Amino acid sequence: MARFVLRRLLQSVVVLLGVTLVVFLLLQLVPGDPVRVALGTRFDQQTYDALRERSGLDRPLVAQYVGYVGHALTGDLGVSFRSGQPVTTIVLERLPATLSLAVTAVLLALLVAFPLGVLSAVRSGSVLDHAARVFSQFGVSVPDFWMGIMGILLFAGVLGWLPPSGYVALTEDPAGWASHVLLPAAAVGLVTASILTRFIRSSVLEVLSEDYVRTAEAKGLRSRIVVVRHVLRNALIPVVTVVAVQLASLIGGVIVIEVLFAWPGVGRLTYDAVQARDYPVLQGAVLFVAALFLLMNLLVDVLYARLDPRIGVR
Amino acid sequence: MSGHPDGTPRRALSALRHDPPAVAGTVVLLLLLVVGVAGRWLAPAGVNDVDVDGMLRPPSPDHPFGTDELGRDVLSRVLVAARVSLEVGLVSVGIALLVGVTVGLLAGWYRGWVDNVLMRGMDVLFAFPVLLLAVAIVAVLGPGLLTAMVAIGVVYTPIFARVTRAGVLSVREQVFVRAAVSIGASDARIVRRHVLPNIAAPLIVQTSLSLAFAILSEAALSFLGLGIQPPDPAWGRMLYDGRGFVTEAWWLGVFPGAAIFLTVLAFNLVGDALRDVLDPRQLTVGEARRSRA
Repeated sequence: MARFVLRRLLQSVVVLLGVTLVVFLLLQLVPGDPVRVALGTRFDQQTYDALRERSGLDRPLVAQYVGYVGHALTGDLGVSFRSGQPVTTIVLERLPATLSLAVTAVLLALLVAFPLGVLSAVRSGSVLDHAARVFSQFGVSVPDFWMGIMGILLFAGVLGWLPPSGYVALTEDPAGWASHVLLPAAAVGLVTASILTRFIRSSVLEVLSEDYVRTAEAKGLRSRIVVVRHVLRNALIPVVTVVAVQLASLIGGVIVIEVLFAWPGVGRLTYDAVQARDYPVLQGAVLFVAALFLLMNLLVDVLYARLDPRIGVR
Repeated sequence: MSGHPDGTPRRALSALRHDPPAVAGTVVLLLLLVVGVAGRWLAPAGVNDVDVDGMLRPPSPDHPFGTDELGRDVLSRVLVAARVSLEVGLVSVGIALLVGVTVGLLAGWYRGWVDNVLMRGMDVLFAFPVLLLAVAIVAVLGPGLLTAMVAIGVVYTPIFARVTRAGVLSVREQVFVRAAVSIGASDARIVRRHVLPNIAAPLIVQTSLSLAFAILSEAALSFLGLGIQPPDPAWGRMLYDGRGFVTEAWWLGVFPGAAIFLTVLAFNLVGDALRDVLDPRQLTVGEARRSRA
C-alpha cells in the first residue's frame, strides 16, 4: 500500500511538472508581446515595463520557466495584467462559489442516480430499467448549458419561481444562495446523474452475479437484505471513486454554466481573463484547476486502494 | 482482441441494422449530412438577412423557427450552422485520430523510453479538464474556426493514443506479428498490414463517440464566443446571443439547443451500438476520463 501511494505520488509530481510546462508555454504561444496585447489602449511605458519585469518576460525562456515553477511552488502565480492583484488571491476568492456549485450538483446527481441506478440493476429488463437507460442516454447527449437555458425559460420565465441568474454567498444568505444555485446545479447535475446512473447500474449488476450473492440468496435471506448488506456494500466502492472524480472534473468544467448564470466562480474568472487577455490570471486559473484535478485523482486512487486492498497489490 | 480485420466493417453494419436506436441515429446523421452539405440551398432565407421590422417574431409559416433579435430567420441559421458543427467535429476528431494513433503506435511498438516520453506527454494533456484546456488554447491562439478545431483535436488526442497503445501492446505479442518480424518485414509494413487492421475496431468506436463529444465541445466554445465568429451562425453562438431574450422569445433557446442535442444523441447512439458489437469492454471518452482512477 505504501509503495503504491509513493508510486502514484511520484507519477502525479511528474505530470504536474508537465502541466506547469504546458501552462507556461501557453503564454509563449500568444502572437506578439503578451503584455502589449493585454494592455491594449491602456498602454503606457511605465506600466508596460513594470509588468514585463514582474512577469519575468525580459529573461531567457528557461530562466522564465524555472522562475515560474519556483514561484508557483511558493503559491505565487504572478499578478493580474489588469488589476495588479496577486493571481493566487483572485483564484482563491472565486473558489468557494465554484465549490458550492460543484458539490450541490453532485449531491443533486446522487439523489437521482443512486435510486435509479440501483433499482434499474435490481430490476434489470423492467420498464424502470429501460427508462433509466433512456435517461442516461439523454443526459450524456444534452449540453448542460442548453439545460440551463431551458431551466431559465421554465422556472424563471414561465413560472417565476427562481431567479434567472446571479449569486449570493452561502455564508451571507443561505436561502438566497439556495434559490440561485438550484438552476445551475440542476443543469450540471443532470449530466452527472446520467453518468453516475450508468456506473451504479453496471457496478450493481456486476456484484449481483457474484457467487456470494447467490449463496446469500440460497441461504434464504430476503432480497432486500441481500441487496443492502451484500450487493450495495461492494458495488458502491467503485462508485465512491467515480463520484470523487466527477466532483474534480466539475470544479474545472463548469465554465459555460458559470458564464450563463453569472456565477462568480473560477470558470467565470477564466472566461473574464480570456476576454480581458489577462494571461497571468488565465494561466493561474488553469494551473490551479489542473493541480486540484490531479490532487483529487491521487486522493481517489489512494481511497480506492484503501477500500479495495487488491488495487495496492497490483 | 477486437476481432478479425475482414469482419470489422460487416459486423459494424450488422450492428447498426439490428439495433433500432442505432438505425434512428444513422437516419439523423444522414439527414444532418444532407443539411450540412446543402444547408445554404435548403435555407428559406439568407442567414444574415437583417429585418428590423421583424425582430423576435414567434414561429409562423413564414419563419417556422421564428426570428432572432436582429430579425434573422432562425431556421435558416440553424440549417447553415449544421455545417460548422460537422466540420469542426470531423476535422478535430481527424486531428486527434491522426496524432493519437501515431503516438499510440510509436509508444506501443517501440516501448521503452519512446513509450515513457510519449505517454507521459499524453498523461499531462489528460490532466486538464477538457473544456478548460480547449478554452486556454483558443484564448492564446485567437478565437476562430481553425483554432477551435485544433484545440478540440489536442484535448481528444490522449484518448486515441491510449486506445491505440493498448491495442498495439496486445497485437504485437500475437504469433502472426512475431512471424512477420522473424521473416524480416519492416516495422512500417508490419504496422500497416498487421497491427492497424487489428486495432481498427476500438478506433472506429472511439471515433464515433468522440465526434459526439467534439460537437458538444464546439458548441461550448462557440457559446463562449471562442468558435466561429459572427455574423456566421453556429448553434452554440446562437444560444449565447439569444440567452438574454429567452424568457420573451423561447424559440431562440429551444431550436439551436435541440439541434446540438439531436446531433450528439445520434453520434452517441451509433457509437454505443458499434461498441456493443465491436468492442464491448471499451469505455466512452467521458467514462474513460471520469473513471481513469
